[in-house]
Amino acid sequence: MSRLTPENEAIAREIISRYPKPKSALIPLLHLSQEQNGHVTDEAMVHLAELVDVTPAEVIGTCTFYEMFKREPVGRYVVNICTNIAFQLLGAEELLHHAEHRLGIKAGNTTPDGLFTIEDVECVAACTEAPCLTVNYRYFYKVDGEDFDAIVEDLRNGRQPTRKAAETGPDGAIPSHGTLALERQHIPADRAAGNADPDSAPAPVWLEQQA
Amino acid sequence: MTAPIVKVVTSRFDIEDAHTLAVYERTGGYEGLRKALTMSPTAVHDEVKAATLLGRGGAGFPAGVKWGFCPPGVWPRYLVVNGDESEPGTYKDRLLMERDPHQLIEGCLIACYAAGLSQCFLYIRGEMALAQTRVARALNEAYAAGYVGRNVLGTNFSVDIVLHWGAGAYIVGEETALIESLEGNRGMPRLKPPYFPAAIGLYGKPTIVNNVETLSNLGWILRNGSDAYKQYGSESSPGTRMFAISGHVKRPGVYEVQHGITTFRDLFYDEQFCGGIRHDHQLKMFIPGGGSSPWFFEEQLDLPLEARPVGGAGSMLGSGAIVVMDETTDAVKACLRVVRFYARESCGKCTPCREGTNWLETILQRIYDGHGRPSDIDMLLDVGDNISPGPYPSAGWEAEGLAAVPFPPRQTTICPLGPSAVAPVTSALRRFRPEFEAKIRRRAVNIPLRVEESAHV
Repeated sequence: MSRLTPENEAIAREIISRYPKPKSALIPLLHLSQEQNGHVTDEAMVHLAELVDVTPAEVIGTCTFYEMFKREPVGRYVVNICTNIAFQLLGAEELLHHAEHRLGIKAGNTTPDGLFTIEDVECVAACTEAPCLTVNYRYFYKVDGEDFDAIVEDLRNGRQPTRKAAETGPDGAIPSHGTLALERQHIPADRAAGNADPDSAPAPVWLEQQA
Repeated sequence: MTAPIVKVVTSRFDIEDAHTLAVYERTGGYEGLRKALTMSPTAVHDEVKAATLLGRGGAGFPAGVKWGFCPPGVWPRYLVVNGDESEPGTYKDRLLMERDPHQLIEGCLIACYAAGLSQCFLYIRGEMALAQTRVARALNEAYAAGYVGRNVLGTNFSVDIVLHWGAGAYIVGEETALIESLEGNRGMPRLKPPYFPAAIGLYGKPTIVNNVETLSNLGWILRNGSDAYKQYGSESSPGTRMFAISGHVKRPGVYEVQHGITTFRDLFYDEQFCGGIRHDHQLKMFIPGGGSSPWFFEEQLDLPLEARPVGGAGSMLGSGAIVVMDETTDAVKACLRVVRFYARESCGKCTPCREGTNWLETILQRIYDGHGRPSDIDMLLDVGDNISPGPYPSAGWEAEGLAAVPFPPRQTTICPLGPSAVAPVTSALRRFRPEFEAKIRRRAVNIPLRVEESAHV
């Protein structure tokens, strides 16, 4: 079953309601489906197309542009190692090679037990903390080979790795691949200002008053 | 002498739990908004204009002037916050969102109030899970406390701030691509003109796109006034700016410094910042404003961190991303790595970029691998010239009698991504051509070839 579950469909409808046009919700919804299934399935895309009222082909069109969306199963933990210039200067390629040897796979592949995927990625916005890696988009700074081994060992044993973790509190918890934010935005109905309809929204009242 | 350290946007970074509403309110949070709401929107707009708050995303356009580009009488207008930080070397917006999300929210509210923007979309880069968590929580707190949503703080000002998140595409940082992505499409830049989405943007309506750091200044400016803001920095670039200095320095880090009066030398060598090049090596080159900027060298160290002088000297300050490389750096390897980034991230819309960036990478890779051909250097320059015709912006080189070519480059593409890939190529070739030639020459002597008579049988 890879259409959205009823619970997730309810979340999807809430997300859609925050945009003047439903298609705008597509990227957040693709993330939601990836959170549910670990990757983006064809059935999920058909479901999303129904929800935002576009064709499934348009959903695939958007999905394939963005590299975070995986259309094949990936590991429970996706380990991204940035090798861009600031990181390369301080040994990121060596770290990547270490990771490949340690896990026995080349970048872009998944370990046979389905636990780890390694990716050689571009800038992760942590350039002053090189070399650095992310596990399911949670940061680890100034990582060397030994640190990498310790992080992998912790994850294998179901522990939250703390060594070199940028955020060690509850906000740093590492969920399975697909889950991004640990908290969702929720706009209470009695507090919502409402969407600005591009076809009919009037001039803002607070501007009119001053005139 | 290095200008004293002033903290405007990073003032709460050392305070525990500064991302929570309680701490934010205790440290002057939302006072700027309260003050703004006692003023007319025009007066708030004038205050921001008077502060000459330059955009911190890369282009450096004054925020107050940009807001004024919305055509009169066309409604609604939208605010899109560009939190898609992904320029190589750039690391500041993620910190601002993770550590002080309410400061950003307050900035969004002030911008919406002043410029009459009816709905705000806060676009955070997909990979930044902690920033998304913190901003979502902060928005939930701010809604509950009455700062965001219907009738903000009991006034007739109402606006929703919607958290949106991306999914991994560098090009989406370009403002029209950001808008396409926000409409649920592939994130490809739109054809220009119109040059500013303020005319035609999200859903075809006037849209202001501002960077996270830019907006994070607004609470302070309203709380303390534009005159106080202009005490810091230089006359043409007031206030402070965040710079991330990475690479071969002793203490890489993100530093907030006074804009326009601090120099590159201060940042690299001063003890309160990076404290010098690692192992006291010699500086070889540095990237002054993110991967897209032409390289600088020793001679440019005393330039102030200000857009105009840096542009005149042949590069750009960009998004406050400085990568320092010492004498041990292989110029060909560094050039290849930056070019590979653009080749990977090209969206494919414009032919010169789609084809050109990949050819640049292919040629550089074979030079680096020792398979270069003597014609490759000219071919690199030729491919570069197809993406960005004419003399490419470059730093001056006094010893060789070469004058600086000022920024910006010309382009045969819709957006600056393609021309950005040319920056490392022309920079490295102009300054370190012998390194390329040495790698190419190595090929000639590395191939032992002996044809046996019997091979013809």
